[in-house]
Amino acid sequence: MATATVMREFAISGTNGSGTNGARTNGAKRSELPVLLPLATRSRRAAAIERRDGGYHLNLQPRHAIWVVILFVAACGAAQAATPAGLISPVDALIKWSGFILWGPEGGLTGFALNLIISFFAMLIGTVAGAALGLMQVSLLLPVRQGSWLVTQFFRNSPWLVLLFTIMLLFPFEIDLNPIGIPLIIPVPDWMKAVVGFSLPVMANISEIVRGAVRSLPSGQWESAESLAFTRRQTMWMIILPQCVKRMIPPWINWYCILAMATPLASIMGVEESVTYTAQALNAESDRPELIPIFYSFLLVIHFIYTYPIARWSIRLEKRFAVKD
Amino acid sequence: MNDAAADTGWTPDQPMVSIKEVHKSFGDLEVLKGVSMDVMKGECVCIIGPSGSGKSTLIRCVNALNDIQAGSITVEGQEVNDPKLDKLELRKKVGMVFQQYNLFPHKTALQNIMMAPLHVLKQDEKEVEERARKLIAKVRLQGKEASYPGELSGGQQQRVAIARSLAMNPDVMLFDEVTAALDPETVKEVLFTIQELAEEGMTCILVTHEMGFARVVAQHIYFTDLGVIVEHGPPKTFFDDAKDPRTKEFLSQIL
Repeated sequence: MATATVMREFAISGTNGSGTNGARTNGAKRSELPVLLPLATRSRRAAAIERRDGGYHLNLQPRHAIWVVILFVAACGAAQAATPAGLISPVDALIKWSGFILWGPEGGLTGFALNLIISFFAMLIGTVAGAALGLMQVSLLLPVRQGSWLVTQFFRNSPWLVLLFTIMLLFPFEIDLNPIGIPLIIPVPDWMKAVVGFSLPVMANISEIVRGAVRSLPSGQWESAESLAFTRRQTMWMIILPQCVKRMIPPWINWYCILAMATPLASIMGVEESVTYTAQALNAESDRPELIPIFYSFLLVIHFIYTYPIARWSIRLEKRFAVKD
Repeated sequence: MNDAAADTGWTPDQPMVSIKEVHKSFGDLEVLKGVSMDVMKGECVCIIGPSGSGKSTLIRCVNALNDIQAGSITVEGQEVNDPKLDKLELRKKVGMVFQQYNLFPHKTALQNIMMAPLHVLKQDEKEVEERARKLIAKVRLQGKEASYPGELSGGQQQRVAIARSLAMNPDVMLFDEVTAALDPETVKEVLFTIQELAEEGMTCILVTHEMGFARVVAQHIYFTDLGVIVEHGPPKTFFDDAKDPRTKEFLSQIL
């Protein structure tokens, strides 16, 4: 049975190689075939994908959503049952505090909104810096290549929390421009420091995505461009990178999801995001330990509702772009 | 036709491509062990031989995709094995077509053909487009201008690749086993395109396994084995009256 399926798959990829019109439909069909590969093959493929994208894959399934909802409802029920008479019920408490946790007091865009803001800016900076670093990794100049490789590896393999600590403690809380003749003091709020702290590991991973995508193109593309007298720069910008964009989008979205889920780490440094505010809300409702699981699972649910569709979308894109171009 | 000819003193009665005692190694593996050949203007030359005999390496050296360790290659008098060589200037004169077509998949057939003249030669867009459409017609692909490479068959892709090279108005065309990846029916249409080119007087160097085609189209045939040229001659003498035992053995297996 197993041999038969493997053979069928082989036969289809054989047709694919001939490069005829029919190959497209065959290529698309292939991903839909329910083939159970041997464990060794599966883990080898997963490892290859992770190497290419520079990190693990968020493989969220609908059943994960069910678990999150069950956890949340169970927490609500348990807390409701444990409420002594005369006290605010957990569900009412949650309704009372949910606005505070989601966007902070009086529309100041803190709480969960700040998680999103941090993730947007960190992604923006990380993407721009990472793209530059990735291009340096495929430079022809050895020192540039080695230097950018070292930076990439350093930030890829450092714990996010330690990077965050270092950046937040390293940066001043304000930048005084008076010594250079400009009468201005620029305050640097904590969340901005967190943005910088998060953008560093993102940068390193985007750098790997860019390097991997450029390297994944067949060498024939470089050779035919070379034989048409394109310069290296022209080849890169007109031929190689446009083809890479498609390959880079799914892993790029994947890293955004990972980043969005990592932003609550900033609560440890007191940034006024959703986890910090949840703790404050729990403090305000003093001596109500039964509220703890329900508040935190509420937090889990909002993060899940935000991240899950994006992760699903990236998997869909991945499948679509996997068809041979 | 080009300025380089004036500097190098090359005239059309001298070989357009001249290869002398070329040695090329990949690490410890010596692939070319002193290969020489001359190709005159307007001549079509076929290189045949078993796999791994260095045929492809040899023609890749002609447009400096591979560098050589010793010997000399000149194209219209310009030395290719010169550290000061302007590779871009050389490649404007030398077109190359690959086994795997190597079209740019994100561009249409027409865009593939227009890209290099527009961005490398900086020619006028209108004029380039007009020329590209003529080339599409020449390789019999009218109506496929807006198709992407993924929508074309192998034979069609290869003909776009030939048109793409021709759009640069090269003086020499190199063909590296251009039909090896095609199915038998589509081989013919590509070979026909090449034959037309050769008959129009384009200087061509082909690496091929199509013996029947080589016999018809080539003015001269070179047989390479283990990095040397074992035997060469006009097709008639070469195929019917081979002298060297290695050539005879190879031909007996192929024909």
